[in-house]
Amino acid sequence: MKRYSAFAVAREALRFHSGWERAWRNPEPKKKYDVIIVGAGGHGLATAYYLGRNFGIKNVAVIEKGWLGGGNTGRNTTIIRSNYLQDPSAAIYEKARGLYETLSQDLNYNVMFSPRGVMMLAQTQHEIRGYQRTAHANALQGVATEFIAPKRVKELCPIINLDGPRYPVLGALWQPRGGTARHDAVAWGYARACSDMGMDIIQKCEVTAVHQKDGKVSGVETTKGTIECDKLGIVVAGHSGVLADMAGFRLPIESVALQALVSEPIKPCMDVVVMANTVHGYMSQSDKGEMVIGGGADGYNNYTQRGSFHHVEETVRALVETFPIISRLKMLRWWGGIVDMTGDRSPILSQTPLENCFINCGWGTGGFKAIPGSGWGMAELMAKGHSPLTEEFSMWRFKEGKFIDESVAAGVAH
Amino acid sequence: MLIFECPYCGIHADETELSPGGEAHLKRFGPGASDEDFEGYLFMRENPKGVHFERWRHSNGCGKWFHAARCTMTLEVFGTYKAQTFEPPQEIKDKITAKRPGWSWRTFS
Repeated sequence: MKRYSAFAVAREALRFHSGWERAWRNPEPKKKYDVIIVGAGGHGLATAYYLGRNFGIKNVAVIEKGWLGGGNTGRNTTIIRSNYLQDPSAAIYEKARGLYETLSQDLNYNVMFSPRGVMMLAQTQHEIRGYQRTAHANALQGVATEFIAPKRVKELCPIINLDGPRYPVLGALWQPRGGTARHDAVAWGYARACSDMGMDIIQKCEVTAVHQKDGKVSGVETTKGTIECDKLGIVVAGHSGVLADMAGFRLPIESVALQALVSEPIKPCMDVVVMANTVHGYMSQSDKGEMVIGGGADGYNNYTQRGSFHHVEETVRALVETFPIISRLKMLRWWGGIVDMTGDRSPILSQTPLENCFINCGWGTGGFKAIPGSGWGMAELMAKGHSPLTEEFSMWRFKEGKFIDESVAAGVAH
Repeated sequence: MLIFECPYCGIHADETELSPGGEAHLKRFGPGASDEDFEGYLFMRENPKGVHFERWRHSNGCGKWFHAARCTMTLEVFGTYKAQTFEPPQEIKDKITAKRPGWSWRTFS
């Protein structure tokens, strides 16, 4: 792999950019791999990358039905934060946020991590108490957050309307090192690094069955033939239920649509990320100038990758009170993704009833921010059988009643 | 946008008039049940890509709970039926079979 650098840009500028090579190979599958990861989204590719980097397991294939990064990795609103209430969540999300800080250097790929700061608005008395509690919890967990007063909110985000009649801004939970990153670049950067380690990323290859022998996983059937493996990692987000069905176990997961939209591009007017959880809306401004707006998830099972119209209307209607400036903006694009929701709104990184088959799913509405930490923990789990990052996120926690209850902590989708 | 015919008041109600209520025909387990059964009742859910049965409530209308048969791939609605039953009526099953031959959902087909 030729390294990307300022020197390389200068060199290519002098020879009509003829020297750039493909970022990753496009191989045909081999007959057998040590590890197969199903799903070449951020989480799947990060898992493969840390398997190679941290554990030297490089005979790995990442199999993808569509194209890499084409699912939720390419559909989210790119927000990165780690201000969670429960200790296991704070640990894995803060691990991820920390890895994002140096990810561009680690991957030699600019993921455009922008720690511009994330604020979660408190718009009811209940939220003030909730976020003050989170700020105290974060202090104990070593996550840098603070509860700030409305005056500071206005300083950080001048376009905000503090005294709306329905949803006044009473304060905010502020994480100064939260922010955004370029979502596609995260997938592309990991893919390039994986390919460079000799891993095969096999796109347009759908898994149609999971093979097992004596209660152990032995391979997968795909549209490109049978591929054998010693260990299998299922990292397919919205389609986790479908893959679990093939592997013969059930999951406490339902797949629903989550949607987002962007406005037409405007001049820079907002250099922080603002989340308003009471009204289920969040907004940031992309580098292109578009206002990126996300809302709540639909309430029913859905695989269509389209959102429902009234949800997007509710989101925008509520945000217009807090941000009057956006009321006359035109919508440019609107899309949906299928997210996998668990009962306690926390993910599952776990062994499964099928031996040597592992699953990483249930990230629901908040997966992008976790990609590096999720991959780090999942790789350790697959290589060693256990990981301090993932042990609380077992799929058996529901039977034991050991929930990591972020749905109660946040009160809404997160 | 989803549109259901409420089997009680007969109105064709769209999504904004309704509230989703999750998976239909759950068997309830309580005190004395095994851990597996209780976990299944509380958390394990059918999550099919295709034919699905759900509970909905006509919350901004007559207020009644009812059942709906729906495709999660296309959002096509196969039909609705009243809540006082443990399984979908034959007429609904026949409608689904005509459109999705070979379908199955839990023990129904």
